[in-house]
Amino acid sequence: MIEIQNITKSYGSEKSRFQVLKGISLGIAEGDFAVILGASGSGKSTLLNVISGLETPDSGKVLYNREDITALPDKKLTEFRKKNIGFIFQQYYLLPNMNVDKNVKMGADLTGNKEYKNMIEAVGLGEKLYKYPSELSGGEQQRVSVARALAKNPKVLFLDEPTGALDEQTGRQVLDYICRLQKKLGFTIVMVTHNLNIAEMANTVIHMNSGKLSEIYTNETQKTAYEIGW
Amino acid sequence: MLVGVKDAVKLIGIVITACCAVFVCTMFLNYYFDIITIEGKLTSDVSIIFYQAQVSTAKLVCSIAGGCLLMTSIIMLLFYIKHYIDTHKKELGILKALGYSNWKIAKNFWVFGCSVLLGTALGFAGAFLIMPEFYKLQNEEQLLPEISIHFHPTVVLCFVIAPTLLFAVLAICYAWIQLKRPVLWLLKENFQANEKSVKHKEEKSSDRPFISDLKRDTLRTRKILVFFILFASFCFSSMTQMSLSMKELSSEMMGIIMLVIGLVLAFTTLLLSITTVMNSNKKTMIMMRVFGYSQKECFRAIFGGYRPVSYLGFVLGTVYQYILLRITVDIVFRDMGNIPDYEFDIPVMMMSLAVFLAAYEIVMYAYYQKIKHVSIKEIMLE
Repeated sequence: MIEIQNITKSYGSEKSRFQVLKGISLGIAEGDFAVILGASGSGKSTLLNVISGLETPDSGKVLYNREDITALPDKKLTEFRKKNIGFIFQQYYLLPNMNVDKNVKMGADLTGNKEYKNMIEAVGLGEKLYKYPSELSGGEQQRVSVARALAKNPKVLFLDEPTGALDEQTGRQVLDYICRLQKKLGFTIVMVTHNLNIAEMANTVIHMNSGKLSEIYTNETQKTAYEIGW
Repeated sequence: MLVGVKDAVKLIGIVITACCAVFVCTMFLNYYFDIITIEGKLTSDVSIIFYQAQVSTAKLVCSIAGGCLLMTSIIMLLFYIKHYIDTHKKELGILKALGYSNWKIAKNFWVFGCSVLLGTALGFAGAFLIMPEFYKLQNEEQLLPEISIHFHPTVVLCFVIAPTLLFAVLAICYAWIQLKRPVLWLLKENFQANEKSVKHKEEKSSDRPFISDLKRDTLRTRKILVFFILFASFCFSSMTQMSLSMKELSSEMMGIIMLVIGLVLAFTTLLLSITTVMNSNKKTMIMMRVFGYSQKECFRAIFGGYRPVSYLGFVLGTVYQYILLRITVDIVFRDMGNIPDYEFDIPVMMMSLAVFLAAYEIVMYAYYQKIKHVSIKEIMLE
């Protein structure tokens, strides 16, 4: 269970301070698929970074099974991410000088997963094991980053606009892989997107507006990546 | 303008190198031109021997300092242009895709010649400032008739105008060659090595831990950075040892000047190379930290591989400076029939090694601390 309590976050100098998060509180259940929706600049990516421990809030708490990660020193926070968190970014952030095999191994080695090649097969890239990121299409690169994130068996997977740089078909394919793997492995998903249709795939939908939560609701039925509009 | 003056300013290494090279060479070449005018006025044997020694020293310093520093500057410039193109590949690719010709883009690189102009002009002015004192010290014992300072346009041409034009042309030509690659290559990240050979090697190495793979691949795929760190260590080793050794072969003042210049250049190249290596690998390191690798693990894996390379550079620099000085001393002093003793100086080498190790580790540690505080947000915004 992830509990977010009264989180605030500002950027800029004292003279031109801009408050991005204005006292956010919410809870995400274990195994949930939560989508954070909002327009550009609404603070959704900052919220994701704070929940995942990439950024420290100005005030408030982020509790994982009652452990406050905002109070952890850098070393412990890194250890926490190592054991619990997986990331998928819009820009993939693959290591450009390493092939698919090694990019996924980067995630797998953190938890001693020797079977990481199964994950590469699962995202349909078994044939491209020794290709470099520059030799792959955008969709394939994103699938590598999915495999990399999941190869470390995370408890929570954070996705920041994972389909933002992909076309419709590839976007659906990537989301489908993620959902199928979630059903199989049972991890929690927290996804940031501005695509309203993707929200139909989630259990919990969190709407953000100008640094505040404007609406939270639960979908009674979840659609698959191929059932939603785009 | 694609390449601005602020980009040229980043070539501070070249400015410093050019400044030092021109400073030394101007002083000695000008002195050489002035001293040969008094040859006919020499009457005693003592003054003739002293005159010959002065001419030989001027030749020695000019050829070693000028030659080495010119080579250093050229390598640094080519490296910087290559690095600039590599890091601005996307922008250059977009310009090419929009229809700009290679020539139109490449000719903007002339501004890199400005850094040389700045360095050489400073060096030239510095040399003329210190010249009266230098001439006085060179003839302190009054063994030669008075040598007056003259302005020789050849010196300006050789050491200010020619290097500036040469470097501007070199920058344009090199950029033009680099830009001849296909637009798509420029638009993409370029780390695909020869696929067949890589595949072969990968299958054998797939059982290795990721950290070992990373260490190996960082060196294998970033050969240009490996070369730069090797070169910087080479320069550090040869410049510090050469300047300390030359103290014995020239006057005290010149020895001090050479030592200061040697140290400035040695530290500049080392600092520049480590900075470049760090900045080029920063993104990889931050991403690894995001996934849960510790700062120490990342640092060791990515930067640890450069350490043996730097040691190798130091050894090569030591050998090079010894051979160069040995040969030059033999050639320059051959005509005088009194070749000074020049042996390999172990204490100087040990001292240079100690300073090198300390400097290398301190700069590395400073970057270790700096990278520790870089946030993922900064990397994402890049």
